[in-house]
Amino acid sequence: MKFWRTPLDIDKLKVPRGELHIIKERCKGCGFCVEYCPKGVLELSDEFNSKGYHPPVVVKPDECVNCDLCEMLCPDYAIYCVRVEAEEKEVIN
Amino acid sequence: MTTKVTEKRMQEREEHPMERLLRMDRIPHIWCPTCGIGTTVTALAVALKQLQLDLNNVAIVSGIGCTGRVAGYTKLDSFHTTHGRAIPFALGLHIARPDLKVIVFSGDGDLVSIGGNHLIHTARRNVDITVICVNNFIYAMTGGQVAPTTPITARSATSPYGNYEHPFNIPLLAASSGAVYVARWTALHVRRLTVAIKEALTKRGFSFVEVIAPCSTLYARLNKLGSGLDLMKFYHDNSVIRHGADPKEVNIDYQSKIAVGKFVDIEKPTYLDCLNNAYKKKFGDKYKPYGGGNGDK
Ligand SMILES: Cc1ncc(C[n+]2csc(CCOP(=O)(O)OP(=O)(O)O)c2C)c(N)n1
Ligand code: SF4
Ligand code: SF4
Ligand code: SF4
Ligand SMILES: [Mg+2]
Repeated sequence: MKFWRTPLDIDKLKVPRGELHIIKERCKGCGFCVEYCPKGVLELSDEFNSKGYHPPVVVKPDECVNCDLCEMLCPDYAIYCVRVEAEEKEVIN
Repeated sequence: MTTKVTEKRMQEREEHPMERLLRMDRIPHIWCPTCGIGTTVTALAVALKQLQLDLNNVAIVSGIGCTGRVAGYTKLDSFHTTHGRAIPFALGLHIARPDLKVIVFSGDGDLVSIGGNHLIHTARRNVDITVICVNNFIYAMTGGQVAPTTPITARSATSPYGNYEHPFNIPLLAASSGAVYVARWTALHVRRLTVAIKEALTKRGFSFVEVIAPCSTLYARLNKLGSGLDLMKFYHDNSVIRHGADPKEVNIDYQSKIAVGKFVDIEKPTYLDCLNNAYKKKFGDKYKPYGGGNGDK
């Protein structure tokens, strides 16, 4: 995570993590979630739902900070985020 | 290299958090792809949740229109009234049950055109209700006719060469009629909109929140503005936060900058305060104030 200044309590700071749930059938492919996710976690997929829309897909699961913006902007109530706590985590490089 | 990740869920949310407020048997809703109305409903849901209001004491009233569907989708005491009559219905509900929080959720055409007289008089009397007005600059549900909010030169089904009528500046209309709280945000400002709805719901008196929201199918299409996502991007680039701005200066021209923020937040006795004070003066102790306390809820 990038900060515009280093927080004084950086050693204690824990960046929240989120796990996304996408209700593909309800999605109308508007792209609001993809466009406004501050971490670029989502992309519209090539997959079609039964109404012919492309639901989003999680492309950077480890980047999600559980900010809920995708959930709040989604006009179709098709995506939501659940907070998870990473107790032990090493990221693949 | 492999990863070692042990994860613990903080909250078990197996269903979408909006399901708490929605009548799920009616979902998916009828709103078009990239329509902004659904997002404004989320702002209301989050506001209600954050205020920890008992949903048994919240009522929502809509008129007719795409936005007018909101009452029918919300799992509150909800009333889908006739076109333009959401505010008088809400006023009656408030007077009969002053213990309820009464919310009007409707469109620009419904509230400002056919319902315009109700709006100005309910604001004038400072009736303690909250009005959320989704302004998409058009009569959307009926096919995109010109509305009293359509900016000059914007095209609609009934202004194919561009509108030439002066539109209403809604915050000015609400403020000059007597509203004690007036704010405007766009659907993109969903968090700030949530804060505004919370403030409006907590305010004693007539509170009014205008939400500029994309109508992709009619307003955007007839004006060749792209999709609702393009309108969201337009709001992103053209909204200017101007808290405390004089409502006279926040009119919206076609594809102009959009002033957003809290424009009015003042204190004034409510309709029930005035009623109780007037009768107390006349009848003294014989008069029992209506609506609990001195009109307080
Ligand atoms: C008395 C009456 N007149 C006209 C109509 C037709 N009508 C239905 S919705 C509507 C306009 C709604 O516009 P708005 O309130 O802006 O809602 P939107 O669909 O844009 O969300 C009109 C004129 C009606 N239903 N009843
Ligand atoms: S919760 Fe925030 S960070 Fe995670 S996907 Fe949604 S918008 Fe992106
Ligand atoms: S915001 Fe909702 S409807 Fe739009 S693409 Fe994302 S999940 Fe689908
Ligand atoms: S017609 Fe316009 S306002 Fe109505 S649902 Fe479609 S996009 Fe939304
Ligand atoms: Mg409208």
